[in-house]
Amino acid sequence: MSKEINQITYNYKVVRQFAIMTIVWGIVGMAVGVLIAAQLVWPALNFDTAWLSFGRLRPLHTNAVIFAFGGSALFATSLYVVQRTCQARLLSDGLASFMFWGWQLVIVLAAITLPMGFTSSKEYAELEWPIDILITIVWVAYAILFFGTITKRKTKHIYVANWFFGAFIITVAILHVGNNLAIPVTLTKSYSIYAGTVDAMMQWWYGHNAVGFFLTAGFLGIMYYFVPKQAERPVFSYRLSIVHFWALISLYVWAGAHHLHYSALPDWAQSAGMVMSLILLAPSWGGMINGMMTLSGAWHKLRTDPILRFLVVSLSFYGMSTFEGPMMSIKTVNALSHNTDWTIGHVHSGALGWVAMVSIGAIYHLIPRLFGIQAMYSTAMINVHFWLATAGTVLYIAAMWVNGIMQGLMWRAVNTDGTLTYSFVESLEASHMGYLVRFIGGAIFLSGMFVMALNVWLTVKQKDAVALDTVAA
Amino acid sequence: MTSFWSFWTSIIILGTIFGSLWLLYIVRKSEPFKTETDQSVGHEFDGIEELDNPMPNWWVIMFVATCIWGFGYAILYPTLGNYEGLLGWTSTGQWEEEVAQADEKYAPIFAKYAATPIAALAKDSEAMKVGQRLFANNCAVCHGSSGRGALGFPNLTDDDWLYGGEPETIKQTLLLGRNGQMPAKGLKPDMTNSDVNDLTHYLLAFSNRSDDAAAVERGGKMFQTACVACHGADAKGVQAIGAPNLTDNIWLYGSSAAKITQTLLHGRAGVMPAQEQALGQEKVHLLAAYVYSLSQE
Repeated sequence: MSKEINQITYNYKVVRQFAIMTIVWGIVGMAVGVLIAAQLVWPALNFDTAWLSFGRLRPLHTNAVIFAFGGSALFATSLYVVQRTCQARLLSDGLASFMFWGWQLVIVLAAITLPMGFTSSKEYAELEWPIDILITIVWVAYAILFFGTITKRKTKHIYVANWFFGAFIITVAILHVGNNLAIPVTLTKSYSIYAGTVDAMMQWWYGHNAVGFFLTAGFLGIMYYFVPKQAERPVFSYRLSIVHFWALISLYVWAGAHHLHYSALPDWAQSAGMVMSLILLAPSWGGMINGMMTLSGAWHKLRTDPILRFLVVSLSFYGMSTFEGPMMSIKTVNALSHNTDWTIGHVHSGALGWVAMVSIGAIYHLIPRLFGIQAMYSTAMINVHFWLATAGTVLYIAAMWVNGIMQGLMWRAVNTDGTLTYSFVESLEASHMGYLVRFIGGAIFLSGMFVMALNVWLTVKQKDAVALDTVAA
Repeated sequence: MTSFWSFWTSIIILGTIFGSLWLLYIVRKSEPFKTETDQSVGHEFDGIEELDNPMPNWWVIMFVATCIWGFGYAILYPTLGNYEGLLGWTSTGQWEEEVAQADEKYAPIFAKYAATPIAALAKDSEAMKVGQRLFANNCAVCHGSSGRGALGFPNLTDDDWLYGGEPETIKQTLLLGRNGQMPAKGLKPDMTNSDVNDLTHYLLAFSNRSDDAAAVERGGKMFQTACVACHGADAKGVQAIGAPNLTDNIWLYGSSAAKITQTLLHGRAGVMPAQEQALGQEKVHLLAAYVYSLSQE
């Protein structure tokens, strides 16, 4: 711990804040998810209260898990990784602090306004315009902080994890502003400046790239640092990372139109969305290969290291859902899968299996380091968490596959006279068991988060654990 | 789309596909090692090194194959702006073709039934099974799967009819739809709240539910001014214009004093959508027979 003026130090305070909030918001967001899953099994659970109705809590769940849980995980890891791989302290501690508290304010405002019914009605962009402006301001602070730190770097090159974080920051800024352009009427109500099909296309350009850049590119950034770090192995192929990075970011922006197959969207745009989605398979898998192959020579570590297990299983789910996605974007497959629970299952194999698991692995890696100790309080508890998370995810997506394919087949079944065999309610009745299994899977996944919270609590309460604000490089 | 935008999007779509291939090619060509190596590219970030491994062969092949497939698709199907594709496929065309195929396959079933008069058809149990399925697909969403209706949607199983329950009248209701307009405050827009209250009492009195004889009497006078034109002097309604009978126990919009007051104050607008364009004459004929049969049991 030299006191030399030129000694580089890292800002760990903001990383720690976001890391802790990742767990807090993870529990909150997933608990809301479990509640609304239970409502689909036992509808009486909305207690005839508007605030607790599915329509209002569903956006709360998606916003909480994507932007509060996922966002905090991305901020914690990206601000940690950018410092350590650039050997430079964050550009500004004040900006970091502003960003943390600004983002928490956004989350609290979302948690208040969405149950009250204030919504712009755009999926994953439901927040009304004053909150959208706050998000934009916080996001600009984040961009300045991140890219400012890159410009201060002591290394000649920029590490691949930072390419992905950088692409995520720039693209999400464009998506957020583009899709949320609206004319305010009152403080809590606005109308989109786009109309009809154009509005739908803007929405899914945004919506699918929320998946592509927030939930894929950003989390690939996490993967590229924490997998090699935890496995203590070099990244498998630098060349692969170049090709799959550029291909991924240029193809992904086209894929959103596959949400609008057989709609009023012009045929050419639907086809372009489908073609780009299918070509996207290889660039998506590039990240999985690079992560998996990084473990060659270190596979034995999986036997003893449940953190590494989280990271590797997250890559498996990533590979699976990035295969499933292109398949579902094919028009004829989409004709069956669209509007069914298959879509929900697909999203959750990505959200639980990939996004949550890679975040959880990264947070387990981070917590001891942020508190200046060797390891988490209990490795056995991490292991328990791993199995709860895996079992919960598998139950969830299997239930949704069964429900989704069944619904798709029931909706298109016709009698010999051409009339539909089943009414909608009959397909809903048939889905009941799947909803129960999905609820159980989600509850198991959530219980794992409580194990994590307890483990983290016990870790930071240890005598030698100190919350480090600043650390020497 | 103007030819500029057509050109613009086509260039970007093709540029993305061929740009991917170009990137693959130049990186592939410059790979110094053709098999797996432990040679680092020389970067080191926080202890992480990157190896100079070649991209896996199977992955490169998969990438190239999907690009070629994507280009092929863009040539065959409408993908590049205004270019229509060699196969001439459109989603509208696909839909029209599927509808035409279905019509060809199922039309004879309905043509057969269309030749039978409605009253006779309603006794044909095979026909009524088909009719019930048509009803479940097209009518149940408002009238309920049993046809018993809901608040604002008439019960079709009783013998009370807004527009008449004769076979041909039912068919006309289905073919052309109905617009049931109850104007707010009837024909007397300057009606006061106390007039509305009197009228409510007058209507409640038909089922002995009013305890205010004076109000009933005042309401009866008001009825003769504001309501009689449609509902008739005896308040039994007029089927020709769909004005309901107010003296029975059937209430489309609710029978409580509060609901009746609401109807009087704000009016009602009931819509039965026309089915002629949607289902066609022959299916409507069968549906009319099914609806007729509901009240014949």
